[in-house]
Amino acid sequence: MSASADKPILELRNVSRVFDGIRAVDNVSLSFKAGEIVGLIGPNGAGKTTLVNLISGFVRVSGGDVIYEGRSIVRDKPHAIARAGIARTFQIVQPFAQMTVLENVMAGAIYAGHCGMRQAQEKAMECLAFTKLASFADKPAAELALANRKRLELAKSLAMNPRILMLDEVNAGLNSSEIDQAIAMIHEIAGQGITIIVIEHLMRVVTALAKRAVVLHHGAVVSEGPTESVFRDPQVIEAYLGNKFAKHFAESMSAMPS
Amino acid sequence: MLAQYVVNGLLMGGLYACLAVGFALVWGVLNIVNMLHGSMVVLGAYFCLVGVQQLGLPLYAVAPAVCIVLFAFGYVIQRGLLNRVITQPILITLTLTFGLELIVNNVILNVFSATPRSLAVNLGTLDVWGMRIPMVRIVGMLVAVFLTLLLYWLLRHSKMGRAIIAVRMDRHAAALMGIRIPQIYALTFGIGALMAGAAGCAMALIYPVTPMMSGVFLGKAFVICVLGGLGSVPGAIIGGLVLGLVEGLGTLTLGPQWATSVGFILMMAVIIVFPSGIAGKKGYE
Amino acid sequence: MIFDRPAIIKLVVGVALFMGAAIAGGLLDNYQLQVGTSLAMLSVLCMGWNITGGYMGYPMLGMAAFFGLGCYIDAIAQVAGIPVVAAWLLATAGGALTAALLGLALLRLKGHYFAIGTIAIVEVLREVSNNWESLTGGAVGLNVPILQGDPETVGRFFYLAMASLALLAFLITIVIDRSRFGFGLRCIRQNEQAASMVGIDVFRYKVAAFMLSGALGSTAGAVYASMVAFIEPKDAFSLIMTIEVAVMTMLGGMGTIFGPLAGAVFFVVLREFVWANFINWHSGILGLIVVIVIYFVPGGLFGTNWKALFRRAARPRASVRSQPAL
Repeated sequence: MSASADKPILELRNVSRVFDGIRAVDNVSLSFKAGEIVGLIGPNGAGKTTLVNLISGFVRVSGGDVIYEGRSIVRDKPHAIARAGIARTFQIVQPFAQMTVLENVMAGAIYAGHCGMRQAQEKAMECLAFTKLASFADKPAAELALANRKRLELAKSLAMNPRILMLDEVNAGLNSSEIDQAIAMIHEIAGQGITIIVIEHLMRVVTALAKRAVVLHHGAVVSEGPTESVFRDPQVIEAYLGNKFAKHFAESMSAMPS
Repeated sequence: MLAQYVVNGLLMGGLYACLAVGFALVWGVLNIVNMLHGSMVVLGAYFCLVGVQQLGLPLYAVAPAVCIVLFAFGYVIQRGLLNRVITQPILITLTLTFGLELIVNNVILNVFSATPRSLAVNLGTLDVWGMRIPMVRIVGMLVAVFLTLLLYWLLRHSKMGRAIIAVRMDRHAAALMGIRIPQIYALTFGIGALMAGAAGCAMALIYPVTPMMSGVFLGKAFVICVLGGLGSVPGAIIGGLVLGLVEGLGTLTLGPQWATSVGFILMMAVIIVFPSGIAGKKGYE
Repeated sequence: MIFDRPAIIKLVVGVALFMGAAIAGGLLDNYQLQVGTSLAMLSVLCMGWNITGGYMGYPMLGMAAFFGLGCYIDAIAQVAGIPVVAAWLLATAGGALTAALLGLALLRLKGHYFAIGTIAIVEVLREVSNNWESLTGGAVGLNVPILQGDPETVGRFFYLAMASLALLAFLITIVIDRSRFGFGLRCIRQNEQAASMVGIDVFRYKVAAFMLSGALGSTAGAVYASMVAFIEPKDAFSLIMTIEVAVMTMLGGMGTIFGPLAGAVFFVVLREFVWANFINWHSGILGLIVVIVIYFVPGGLFGTNWKALFRRAARPRASVRSQPAL
C-alpha cells in the first residue's frame, strides 16, 4: 500500500457539487485513514449519496479535489476509479439481472479486480461463500430476494478487491437478524484492512461499526469525531429533529448525571 | 420562386404533421416504434380510392368511414397482438411491428397492385402573388391540420385524452389511479391508425399512391418525431412544418433528389445534439 | 478466456462444418455454389450483427451501411487497378474506420434513437451513392472488373473466400463469447451503469464491438461486389437487408455462437424452397414467420430455454394466465 500509516488514503478538499443552483455538497473537507470504518450520517437529502457519487466518479465535482493514495482522481471516469480500488454499493441495487449470481460477482473480479477469467471464477466463489450466497451461485440474479440482493452487491464489491469500500444504506429493508449478520460481515471486511465508509440511518449499526462519524446536513459537514460524542452534539440533534427538540434535549441532557 | 417553394413546403408540412402525429403519440405513450405506420397511411389512401372510384361514394362520406375502419384495425392489433409484448425490449417490439408491416404491405401489393393511383380531384388553382397553388393541396392541408388540432384539443379536454397523457407521463402512477392501461394502449394505437388513415386520404388527393410509398411515409414520420419530440402533438406540427420547409428549400437549392436526404441528415444532426427533439419533453428512449 | 468443454465442442463442430462446406465446394454445381456463397455471406453479416446487436444488445440496424460501404470501396479500388484481395482488405479497414467514426456519434444514444440513427445512416449513404455520380457511378451502378478464369473455378474461388470469411467470423464469435470482452458486452447489455461501476470501460467496449461489426460487414460487401461484378446503390444499401440480418439472427438466437448461422441457414432455405413457389407472397410469409417467432419464442432457436418452455406448456392452462401489460 502506498499510503503510510499516517498519510490518509482518501482526502476530500473543499469538494462541492451544485445541481441547478442547489448545493448538494457544500465545501466538504474530510480525510480517511487506511483501514478505518467511518460512519457517514445525516438526515435525508443531506448529500451523503451525492458525496459517495462524487468520490466514485459517478458524478462530476463542481469544485474541490478528491485525492486517493496521493493522486487526484477528480477527473477520472467511474470505471478507472473502480479499477484503482474504490468500490461502492448502490442504495437501489443494480444487479446484472439475467446473469447468474456467480457471473455477477465475477464481473467485479474480472475488471476492477484485475483477475483472469478462471481466477475470477474462484475469487467469485470465495466472495459468495463469505456473504453466504454460495448456494445461489447458478441462479439468475433477478430471482434473489431483497436481502440477498444486497449481499450480492456486497459480494460484487468485495470481488473488486477494493482498498476503499463505500456502503450506501446496505441495511435498508432488512430485518433485525439480517442486520446483525451484515454488521458481522462488515467487521470481517474491515479486519482485512479495507477502509469502509458506511452511510447509515440506523444508529445502532453506526455505533456497532464506526469509531468515527461524520454528519452531513444540507451538504455541509456539521459535526465530525468519535461516534458517541457526535451523537450528543446539539447541532447534530438539531439537524435530525429540529430546533425545538434540540433545545429540549440539551436541557434534559444537562439535567442528567453524566 | 422562393415564396412558391416555401408555401409548398408549409402546405406539405401541415400534411406531414397529420402523418406523423399518430406515430409520435404511439411512440410516446406505448414506447413502440410502429413500423406499420407507413402502410396504414397507404391503406387509408387505398380505401379512400376504392370508396370514391369504385363504389362511387362522395369523398366526405368515405374519408370518415376510412378513419373508423383504420381505428378499429389499430385497436384490434394492439389489443390482440402488441399488448403481449409491450414490456419487452425495443428490438422485439420493433421487429414485431416490422413483421406485421411486411404482411400488410404484401397484402396491399397483391390486392391493389403496384400501379399508382390518385384521386385526381381538380378544385382549381389559386393564383396569388405570382404563385400557383392547387386548391386541392390547400384543402388537404387544412383538413389535416384541423384533425391534428382536434386531436390536440381532445387530448387535453376529454377524459380519455387526459388518461392517455397520464399514461404517457407515468404508466405506473396512472395504473394506480385506476386507469385501465391495456385499454388506453389500444385506444392510443387506434388513434394513431386513424390519423394515419386520414393522412392517407389527404395524400391520395395530392399524390399518386403506390404500396412502395409506405417506407417513404415511415421515414418522414421518424424524422418529424425526432424534430418535434415524442408523444407531443404541437411537436408533431412543428416537426411537420420544419420538415416540409426543409424539403422545399432542399429541392430549391440542391434539386429534388436530395430532398429526402436533407431531411434524414437534419434528423441525424438533431438526434446527436438534442436527443429529446426540438419541442418535446424527454420522451422514452 | 474460459475455454471449457462445451466451448471446445462448439469450436470443433463449427470448424468441422466449415471444413465440410469447403470440401463440398469441389462437388457442387454452379448454382449450388452460388447458394452456398450467399449462405456464407449472410452468415458473416449475421455474425457481424450479433456482436453489437446480440451480445451487446444495441438495436443496430446499420449492417447494410457497412455492407454497401464495403461494396463501393472494393469496386472503386478495383476500378483503380488495386488487386482483388488488397481491395477487400481496404474495405475491411474502411469499414472499421467508419464504424469508429460513426460510433463516436451514435454510441451515446440508446434504444430507439440508436436504432433510428443507424437506419438513417443506411438511407443517407444510399442517397449519397445515388447522387455522387463521379465517384460511385450514381444510380445506374458501377461495374467491377471481372476476375479472369473460367466461371467454375472463379465460382469456387469466391465460394471458398466467403466461406473462409465466415469461418473467421465464427472464430471471432467464439473468442468473444468466451473472453472478458464478450463478458463485458453482456454486462453492458444488462446494465450500462453497473458495468461502468464494476470497472468496464463501457465506451471503449462499445466502439470496439461496433468496429468489429463494421469490419465484418464491409468485408462481406467487398467480396460480394467482386463476385457479382456490378453494384448499385439500392442493392448495396438495402434497408430490407439490414433488417433481415437482424431478424434472422434473432430467429436463430442472438447473443449465441450458432444463432447467426442457424438464422442464415433458415433464411436461405426459406428463400430457395418456399419463396420460389410463392413469389408474390415472399415478404408476407417472412413477416408471418417473424411475427410467430417473436410472439412465441423471442429468444430464437439457440437462445430459448426449450425445457422450461415445454414444461410451461404442459402445465394446466389455469395456472398460466397472461399478465395484463403494465
